[in-house]
Amino acid sequence: MSSTFDTVVNIITETCDIPREKIKPESHAIDDLGIDSLDFLDIAFAIDKTFGIKMPLEQWTQEVNDGKASTEQYFQLNNLCSRIDELVTAKQA
Amino acid sequence: MRLEYFDLIDRILEIDIENRKICAEGIVPTESPVFGGHFPGFPLMPGVMLLETMAQAAGWLVIGITEFTRMPFLAAVKEAKLRSFVTPGTTLNVEAVIVHEGSGFAVTTARVRIESKLVCNCEITFRLVPFPNPQLRAAMLQRAVAIAFPMETVADV
Repeated sequence: MSSTFDTVVNIITETCDIPREKIKPESHAIDDLGIDSLDFLDIAFAIDKTFGIKMPLEQWTQEVNDGKASTEQYFQLNNLCSRIDELVTAKQA
Repeated sequence: MRLEYFDLIDRILEIDIENRKICAEGIVPTESPVFGGHFPGFPLMPGVMLLETMAQAAGWLVIGITEFTRMPFLAAVKEAKLRSFVTPGTTLNVEAVIVHEGSGFAVTTARVRIESKLVCNCEITFRLVPFPNPQLRAAMLQRAVAIAFPMETVADV
């Protein structure tokens, strides 16, 4: 988790020019860090590439729009990192 | 090409779904209202239209891969290089490949050549969304036929 978090922080700082010290595990990518949807595409691209996964953003967005999930479940960084770890584990299985 | 209608791809020469690659062709018209302003007495295909030409070729590749279930909308252009002037009457060979297929987005690279000379290239990111209405999908299917998009490469359109 910590290593995933560090990697995601590196990606965010490189993509969005957000100071590293502002990015915490409990930070919400959109609400706290102000990452817009276009920058998030760059971040998603880098995460997919770095971890060798395909984050199911369409599914997550649909779940949020349908009220089946909150944005915190996917876009709060500690939760996002957990999702990434799950996807990496699923890919390796 | 009909610059003023943004019809910039005249013909799909090859689309390789398995290898995520497309080759297409567009012939810059000898006359167009666009040349009246760009530029008076020195007609050139606008650089933004060269970017759009690359985006359209890459977009057709995305449409082929997603089997006409998603419409690619231009989201980002990076590292664009416009290397030389493009004049009326020139035949452009456009190539694009998929760099990454994300969920709801795709990253591509594209280039335009005149004969063997590289004219421009860039990285293009698209947002992929379900067609917003049946009219747009029907128009894209109609345009696909007009530019010789090989429908047999796409199942169940």
